[in-house]
Amino acid sequence: MHETDAAILTEANRVMEICNACRYCEGYCAVFPAMTLHRSFAEADLNHLANLCHNCKACYYACQYAPPHPFGVNVPQAFALLRDETYRRYAWPAPLARLFERNGTVVSLVTALVVTAVLLLTAGLTAPGTLVHAAVGARAFYRVIPWAVMAGVATLALGYAVLAMTIGAVRYWRQCGSAQVTTAAILRGVHDAFTLRNLGGGGQGCNDKDESFSTTRRLLHHAMAYGFLACFAATCTAAFAADILGWPAPYPWFSLPVILGTLGGLGLLVGTSGLFGLKLVTDPTPLARRLLGGDIALLVLLWLTAASGMLALGWRQTSAMPLLLAIHLGPQESPHFP
Amino acid sequence: MPDDLQPGVLDQITWDVAVVGGGNAALCAAITAREAGAHVVLLEASPRSFRGGNSRHTRNLRAMHDRPDGVLVEAYGEDEYWDDLLRVTGGQTDEHMARMTIRASAGAPAWMAARGVAFQPSLSGTLSLGRTNAFFLGGGKALVNAYFATAERLGVQILYDTEVTAVALNAGLVRELTLVSRGFPVTLRARAVVVASGGFQANTSWMRESWGEAADNFIIRGTPFAKGTVLRDLLAQDVAQVGDPTQCHAVAIDARAPKYDGGIVTRLDCVPFSIVVDCHGQRFYDEGEDVWPKRYAIWGRLVAQRPDQIAYAIIDAKADPLFMPSVFPAIRAGTIRELAEKLGLDPATLEATVAGFNAAVVPGSFDGARLDGCQTEGLEPPKTHWARTIDTPPFSGYPLRPGITFTYLGVKVSEQAQVLMNDGRPVANLWASGEIMAGNILGRGYLAGFGMTIGTVFGRIAGEQAARYARN
Repeated sequence: MHETDAAILTEANRVMEICNACRYCEGYCAVFPAMTLHRSFAEADLNHLANLCHNCKACYYACQYAPPHPFGVNVPQAFALLRDETYRRYAWPAPLARLFERNGTVVSLVTALVVTAVLLLTAGLTAPGTLVHAAVGARAFYRVIPWAVMAGVATLALGYAVLAMTIGAVRYWRQCGSAQVTTAAILRGVHDAFTLRNLGGGGQGCNDKDESFSTTRRLLHHAMAYGFLACFAATCTAAFAADILGWPAPYPWFSLPVILGTLGGLGLLVGTSGLFGLKLVTDPTPLARRLLGGDIALLVLLWLTAASGMLALGWRQTSAMPLLLAIHLGPQESPHFP
Repeated sequence: MPDDLQPGVLDQITWDVAVVGGGNAALCAAITAREAGAHVVLLEASPRSFRGGNSRHTRNLRAMHDRPDGVLVEAYGEDEYWDDLLRVTGGQTDEHMARMTIRASAGAPAWMAARGVAFQPSLSGTLSLGRTNAFFLGGGKALVNAYFATAERLGVQILYDTEVTAVALNAGLVRELTLVSRGFPVTLRARAVVVASGGFQANTSWMRESWGEAADNFIIRGTPFAKGTVLRDLLAQDVAQVGDPTQCHAVAIDARAPKYDGGIVTRLDCVPFSIVVDCHGQRFYDEGEDVWPKRYAIWGRLVAQRPDQIAYAIIDAKADPLFMPSVFPAIRAGTIRELAEKLGLDPATLEATVAGFNAAVVPGSFDGARLDGCQTEGLEPPKTHWARTIDTPPFSGYPLRPGITFTYLGVKVSEQAQVLMNDGRPVANLWASGEIMAGNILGRGYLAGFGMTIGTVFGRIAGEQAARYARN
């Protein structure tokens, strides 16, 4: 652990000791009831609490000790920094985590561009002229990017993502030292995650921009997350159709993969655009400023994927399709962090 | 109304209602007056970030209810409420006005909720209040934020950094207010005025008049803006006063707390499980007289009466997990001698005090959750409950100082919140709500959440009356 990590942990501990002596925020989210289970905070406890925080900022605006009070309590900021540190600490593989730590925004975008370029190159090499000519009919996509390349890269990316996330999750779980977890607790956790109960601010919504309450961020996050899931489902159903049933893409407008992909793409576009917009207008005081770049990079990649996917769908019978397809696949097949 | 109403412009406007203060009582008055159609200006002495007076540090309101109501469980009727008030005040109250307030409290939570205040079930560690008190989701600052947002939306003009320095009274009428708004002197005219500017606990020189130099060692738990400027000005102009001018509500808090605004986290709940010694290492009061919620309010005065207004609670490792965590770390040591050195006490004396206490402890069945009868024998003063030998290292010490919550002195008001003169006649266009008049009902002691009840009930009455007067 280097020096800034120690400072981040020390500050999170200081803030939690003040909060634990106050407890006025107990009704807002899962962080504070979990906090009251402790009298002092070990590193693992703080990591866990930081990862329970959904950055809704209700506790910041309700805090009698928030800056400029001399205690300067800023839970969302302290926890965002600590959360980021846990991502780095438990992410796998470590060298990549360190790379992102130094410059996550640039690395994410450059990786996406490189993969796109590779795909374009592949397409260009496969058959000269492919990239600028309309490709129509059955197997049109695969004439731009051969099926083996598309499926191969996709499988690698998916496999890598699953492996990296599993290893990261296991590492994190181990450090938390969670002894016994009941099925009821897991079900409650899943329910809370899918409904984003903790972005509800105890019922009135959260502080998306300032002291006022709204459910905008919660709804936008739902659009993004369920949009993502719908796109994933579209990919799975398409893969099933192509590889098991032997029906090659592209699929008609009212087929399951296209409907799911369209809805998911729209959700992703609305969600990421809205969340990006919120970042522009929100009060910056409760935020951890140096994490902004990474957040925006992730939103931009998701937006690019969705937008290029929608365009590729809309213009799949034109000469723009090959380029759009490569741009569409690039960001999603590059490794992301976290 | 422009947000950036400059001091120069203020001289040109005659408002319907001017509200002095920015806490719960002021906000309730301003919102009510505005809803009744008045043009309202709210004059808050603090900058925006410290707005809300002592209300920022509160967390609940005591409300009568005949059946379960929202977050309030079971029932809490008028007579039980009145009995509780009578007991804590020792009769220093006005039954008619108190019962009127209690009855009006029944409608308070719904009124508050309609103006943006959110409630939650009672907090951990305060479950005993779940029946009598409605807790604000997020606490008092969340309530203050909600009211300011509502007031702004309704069109109340809010001026921060604006301190009222004088109220010009002439022939039973307020003629104008003198203020300093963002550094500039202003004379402000209003047809009706509501004063809700709190007590005077943050005015050290005024506190010294009753407490002498001891007042310099007092810590103010809430806002530094409660200087009592308007209160003093009114009392100097033949306005009738209520409440004991020499008294204040004082609890024992951690001596390391900041001078102002330390709020809830500086409290120490370890006293019943400790022995408390003064700077000479001597005990001076029965630490186990009763459960802490019933006794914490006497310890401020007890410590205030000791030399240098400081005392030290001493516990051993057995007592560590028995009370709410405190914000400042315990001062720990492996021996009593070492602890005395760390606390700046004479080691031999503290050792003798602890040894004398340990020798006097009678064996018993300890139970931190009730009056367990574990006591000392032949010790002066005795410890009558939770007395256990202090013998298990590490030993911990917490320094204590008086923490002042509020003062009792106020202006006398009618049931309609109208300010009264010494000859009993009302000032035609002046009303009061909140701590500045709470002494009419709460002349002594304290009942959790009752200050917010008084502020809400009288704030609404004052706002309504002021608006009616101004609009006629």
